[in-house]
Amino acid sequence: MLNMKDIAITFNEGTLDEKKALQQTNLHLEQGDFVTVIGSNGAGKSTLMNLISGSLKPDVGTIEINRKNVTMMPEYKRSRMIGRVFQDPMAGTAPSMTIQENLAMAYARNKTRTLKIGVNKKRKQLFKEHLETLHLGLENRLTAKVGLLSGGERQALSLLMATFTEPNILLLDEHTAALDPSRAELITKLTGKVVKQFGLTTLMVTHNMQQALDLGNRLIMMDKGQIILEVSGEEKQALTIEKLLQEFQRIRGKQMESDRAVLG
Amino acid sequence: MLISMFSAVESGVIYALMALGVYLSFRILDFPDLTVDGSFVTGGAVAAISIVNGVPPVLATIYAVFAGFIAGMITGILNTKGKINPLLSGILMMIALYSINLRIMDKPNVALLNEPTIFNQIEGFWASLGIDDFLNGILTSLGADRLPGTWAILILMIIITLVVKFITDYFLKTEVGLALRATGDNEKMIRSFSANTDILTIVGLGISNALVALSGALVAQYGGFTDVNMGIGMIVIGLASVIIGEALFGTKTIARTTLAVIGGAIVYRIVLTLALKIKFLETGDAKLITAIIVIIALVAPKIIATVKESRRKRRKRAMLGGGTNNA
Repeated sequence: MLNMKDIAITFNEGTLDEKKALQQTNLHLEQGDFVTVIGSNGAGKSTLMNLISGSLKPDVGTIEINRKNVTMMPEYKRSRMIGRVFQDPMAGTAPSMTIQENLAMAYARNKTRTLKIGVNKKRKQLFKEHLETLHLGLENRLTAKVGLLSGGERQALSLLMATFTEPNILLLDEHTAALDPSRAELITKLTGKVVKQFGLTTLMVTHNMQQALDLGNRLIMMDKGQIILEVSGEEKQALTIEKLLQEFQRIRGKQMESDRAVLG
Repeated sequence: MLISMFSAVESGVIYALMALGVYLSFRILDFPDLTVDGSFVTGGAVAAISIVNGVPPVLATIYAVFAGFIAGMITGILNTKGKINPLLSGILMMIALYSINLRIMDKPNVALLNEPTIFNQIEGFWASLGIDDFLNGILTSLGADRLPGTWAILILMIIITLVVKFITDYFLKTEVGLALRATGDNEKMIRSFSANTDILTIVGLGISNALVALSGALVAQYGGFTDVNMGIGMIVIGLASVIIGEALFGTKTIARTTLAVIGGAIVYRIVLTLALKIKFLETGDAKLITAIIVIIALVAPKIIATVKESRRKRRKRAMLGGGTNNA
């Protein structure tokens, strides 16, 4: 479904601030894969997401979605195939527009926008049905402005908007990080539910190790612009936070030794 | 007095089209577009020069709308493709249009005396309907001594403005319209839903300036001339109309807000006319008065809200204080 080959990108090349954000990265996602991505700040997780979504273009390497080369395709075109939820609950919705208008915009993601009315009776019914699955009572507030909703409600709505048109790929960028623990748990549960319901191919960045272990069938760990660990299937099922940390120490320790060898 | 009020409302309805254009850029796209000062004159210049050269007034007006659309699109291209900040894109286009407008007219002003205009073309037909006599009859029975010459302009303009308003309302509810609104509201979000925000901004500014140019073309035909300086301060007048309208008539829905903007444009003209009746003030003070009207419209609602809020708190404290005394 998603194929990234030999991707590399460097920011501010040739200056003091030069940063190799991603080096020689390969990633392959099968249809229905749910991959969680962990790593410290600056590891390249967000860069990876931005490269897939098209808000960044790689220096070298190719990106394929559905066997189609999209490496240089502009962001807005690519988003026909990609659903996204951002970290900031305010980022995924238009605050001065109503819930049904927001859903209508999301509904048009994989279609050509026309001069027909965006919110008609039939769609309203569809939106209602989808909102009911959130169990937040939003189905009774279709004409409420989204700016009036709480952060948790907005993030739940963003998640629904990103998923109900069944994108080829779903990108979740720390989408529970800005919420309080109980809301974060609700969104985590909803995420598991909708991904399963629509069988979405998903990439989720998180800082919450437990969340990374609970969700998905694959896990990748990133550091300094590289994927340093990949686990999947039963191996991932058996993983715990402690093991994960040990693994990180082991890999990074080794690398530090080799770094020392090089420097020495 | 009646006559001056009548013509204030008349021109208010014509300038309302310009205010709707400003509403589209300023509020919907969140783009403070100063192109307006130039594109208003472009509308007037294209219409005037076409009419003088024998083009039928309706067609001349359509040319003007088209010219405004192009001007707005160029501002949009400067901003989106040239990555120039919105304010600067508008200013650059405004200053460029000043010279272009001079080129279009070939002199600083064009008079439309004894030329056909949309308004004098319709007046003949209108007079045959006999509505003027009827409406003036009502005014006479109400005790008016001096009567408006014709109602044709006012009625025609109300029809045109309302038609534009309803088309705008409909457009902003379509799939494209929703995406356009989201471009002004949360650009990152709508791009993640596959909308080409560059094109939307360009087209949105085009439509906005098309309305401004339409207003300019009609003002030229209404006043009987186009002057290269008649656009100075137009953006502020547009803003005044939007802000006054929103403050007085509310912004609950799009349809309500567009109506409010039209109302704001009319109220602005009436206030200006009344202000200029004061002996001390001269016609040249109009811009100063406009600035003061905008300042009042911006500051007054905030002061009222603060006073209300502090009153509410005082009341609440008094109530609680009373409660503890009783206990």
